[in-house]
This record gives sequence, C-alpha cells and structure tokens, in this order.
Amino acid sequence: MTSDGGYNKPLPDPSFVSQPFWDAAKEHRLTFQRCRLCGTNVFYPRDICPGPDCFGVGTLEWVESSGKGTVYSFTVSYQPAHPSFRDDIPYMLAIVELDEGPRMNTNIINADPKDVAIGMQVEVVWDDVTPDFTLPKFQIVD
Amino acid sequence: MVENMRGAAAIIGIGELKPERTRPGRDAMSLLAEACYLAIQDAGLKKADIDGMIFDPELAVGSGGGYNPRMAEYMGIYPTWATGCDAQGAAGVAMALQAAAYVNAGLANYVLCGMGAAVDPGAPRARGGGRTETSTSEFQAPFGPTVGANGWYAMIAKRYEALYGATVEKRAKVSVDLRYNANHNPMAIFHDTPLTIDDVVNSRVISDPLHLLECVMPCAGGCSFIVTRADLAQNLAHKPAYILGGGLGILRGNLTHVGEITESPVGRGARKAFAMSGYTPADVQVMEIYDSYTITVMCELEESGFCEKGTAGDWIQEHDLTFKGDRPLNTHGGQLSYGQASTAGGCAQVTEAVRQIRRDGGEHQVPGATDLIYVTGSGGAFSQQSAMLLGSEASL
Repeated sequence: MTSDGGYNKPLPDPSFVSQPFWDAAKEHRLTFQRCRLCGTNVFYPRDICPGPDCFGVGTLEWVESSGKGTVYSFTVSYQPAHPSFRDDIPYMLAIVELDEGPRMNTNIINADPKDVAIGMQVEVVWDDVTPDFTLPKFQIVD
Repeated sequence: MVENMRGAAAIIGIGELKPERTRPGRDAMSLLAEACYLAIQDAGLKKADIDGMIFDPELAVGSGGGYNPRMAEYMGIYPTWATGCDAQGAAGVAMALQAAAYVNAGLANYVLCGMGAAVDPGAPRARGGGRTETSTSEFQAPFGPTVGANGWYAMIAKRYEALYGATVEKRAKVSVDLRYNANHNPMAIFHDTPLTIDDVVNSRVISDPLHLLECVMPCAGGCSFIVTRADLAQNLAHKPAYILGGGLGILRGNLTHVGEITESPVGRGARKAFAMSGYTPADVQVMEIYDSYTITVMCELEESGFCEKGTAGDWIQEHDLTFKGDRPLNTHGGQLSYGQASTAGGCAQVTEAVRQIRRDGGEHQVPGATDLIYVTGSGGAFSQQSAMLLGSEASL
C-alpha cells in the first residue's frame, strides 16, 4: 500500500522542465513544446531547442496538442518487467505520433491487441492514476 | 599526420571467458580482470608492457567513478594513458577504434580494452521499474518498463513487419544458423542444444512480435583484447588482425522520438569503415554482426549495404549464414547462442573475428578465406552502432 491510494506502478518524477507537462495532464490537456525561434515541435520536454540549425535556449514554449495521432509502432508485452504490471499482462506499449509531429511512449487501451495495427488513428484518454498524476493513454478512433 | 588509420593498428591479444548463466562469487571487475589477463598472455606481453587502458565507465556508476585507476590497482597494471568508452553494446568495436587512434597518436603502445559482467540471480532483471530518474524514462516507465530492451526491439520488429512483411518465420533463420555455429563452438553457452525453425516459431511470445528464441539471454562473462601499432605487431605470438577502417553512428538517445525506428544507425559507421578501408560490402568474407535480437541483424545487414532496405528477410533465406556457408555470420554462435555477457557480448564479436583471421577457430573455423571480416556493435535501442573492418596481412 502506498500513499497514492494503492497505485503501485512507477510514477513520473518531474523535473522543473517537465513539471508543466504533468500539470497540464492533470487538467486533461496534452501539451508539447514549440520553439519560438525555429518552430520545431519538441517532445520530451527540454530547456534547449534540438531543431536543425537552431541554438535556442529557453525558447521552447508549451502548446496544446489536439490529442489526436496515429499508432507509430506497438508491442504486446507478455513479461512483467515490474511486478506492478503483472496483473495487466498482456498490455500494449506503444509509440504514438501526434498529428503535430512529436512521438511519445504510451499505452493503447480499450482495445483487443488483435484489432490494433500500425497507422491506426488514436486519441488521448486520460488515466487519473493518483491525485497528483494523470497519464495520457490512447485509444483507437472508430 | 596520416591520412587515416587504415592498417596502422592491429589486435594482437584476445581473452574470453565462456559465458555462463551466472558466476556466483564473481563480480564484474574480477571477470574483466581475468579476461584481461588472458589477453595479455595471449599477446605474449607482460603487465608492464600495458601502457594504455580503455574500459566501460558504466561499470563505475554508483561507485564514485574512477574505474580505470581502480581496475589498474586491482590488476597491478599502471598505464600512462587511460580513458572510458561509453558506447554500450557498440563498445567492443568502438574501443578497438579508439585504441587504434591512441597508439597512432603516440599516447600509448599497448592498449588493453575489455568488459566484464556478472549476473546476480538474486537481482531484479527489470530496468526502469519504479524509478524515473531521467528526463526520458519519466516518459517511459509509467507506461510499463520492458525487460532489458525487449519492448523496444519488439516495436522495431512490429514496424518492420508492417513496412516490409518479414515475420518470425523468416527472422527465425538468424537464430537457427547461429545456433549451428554455436553447436560447433565449445565456448558457446548453447553449444549442446540444437535449434530448429519450428523451435523458434513455437517459442513463447515475449513482447509481440518477438519470440523467446529471437532474444539474447543475459549471461555472466568477460572479454578483452589488446591493440598496438602495426609496426609493434610484428613477430609476436600470433599474426596481427589489422584494423582497416571503422566508424560509429549515433542516431538517437531513445528509440521513440527521432528518425525511422527501423533504420539502424550502423549505416553511417559502415560507410566510414568501408571508405577508410577501400573495400566494399561485396569484398567481405565473414560478418560478425551484433545480434541482440533477430531483427537487429536484419536491419544491420540492410544499413551496412549487404542488401536493400526491407529485403533482409529474403536475403537470409537465400544465404547460408553458418560458418560453412556462403555468407558466414557470427561464426562463434553470435550473442544469441554464444551468450551476451552485457557489453562483453559485443566484445566477443571482435575477438571472434580475430580468431577467424588467425585461423584458430578450430571446429568452427570458416573453411574459406577469412582475410576480411566486418564487425559491428550496437548500443541502446538502435541508439548508437559501430562498424569496423578487420583483416589479415593479405588485406593490407
């Protein structure tokens, strides 16, 4: 039993750079960063711009995603790498490419793995796992 | 200043410990030291000859750093030049290239390189579980950590299937041909166990679409080699294995965010290696290609220039990858069947190439020419990969 009401899976340990992402997630807003100098869309959160030929420092600004994207790749995991995931097996780990470009790790939920394919359209589904953390997961758009 | 270091350095000593599931009572330092002792003796050198060292600083994480001085004191070898090589599984090849540069820059004459790994059966095998210590794992672990790199390579294989169609029925031949090689190498952990396509296809799915027998098994072991300048490599205990060219490509820190994930970064290293050596993929006689998974080998074959992107599934059906075959690959059994003692697994691909060049392979010696061998290493999930051409005197 943990102080988070029994939720025993790994939780994010936000840095001062990534905290705004998790703050927005609690409000069910999916965000990423965009460089105000070169326009590059960036995920995961950083404080410098990785864009080509851009040397922006502190130039990344938070913007809101549509929450829509596609399945870039996924796997159905049959191994409980962490004991807390034992009861979830098999579960789907995925890389989702947001319509705005950035890719992120997530879970595909509310679907039978047999019905999931690369390239399918997905939308964010919010999982309020603890009072402090809400995880962005994705489901197939019918 | 030489134009490049083609043929300017050679590997003159090798040391390997047989990979074992666990080595109770031994730690990584001890296993690495034993492998180093074997390499020094194999080269016919004394401890005092070793004036350069390259080890993996990852082994010092959590201990306050300073791995080289502690290894030096532990072994009683006190060099005048030593650095780390943080190339993960790409480190075997990367250390050889780094050492070749050092000996030709005058920083050292005999550079000792190596890795060791102990597997503690009591330790949890999961990585990332419960901890989100970096900016990136913060966005991985909450969704379910993977055992080793299984989840990442599964996503590479899944996307490869979607783009190019090759499924486990084709990938399985990598495991089967390498197992045949291991069955002829007494040092291989799976020396006594044959393997069929059906065995692989019917083994349980670990992380879809990868099956158990497409994945490396963590082992304990150690591996080491010694690099010297070409003029110092003459008239030693063994014929030198010359370093003809090399490179390392870094493509990403994590699999997720950058580039097409079925593109393995070895291509950029391979192009440098071939350009430096003056050879092409068609000239290569033997391949020692880093094989953490079946899909790893397939993508590396493509990016290295042995076949077109998306065709490796067919290419491996058309060729015999055993040591007796037309395209000998991972002649010691590969990490899939020889064993993967962490980064020492990639190091064993370097030492096996040296053994083949010396014609010392014994039962698994390639019967045809072994004068030009292509070796790769791979770190992370297609994060960084190294490529090197090793050759006999005839290749110079």
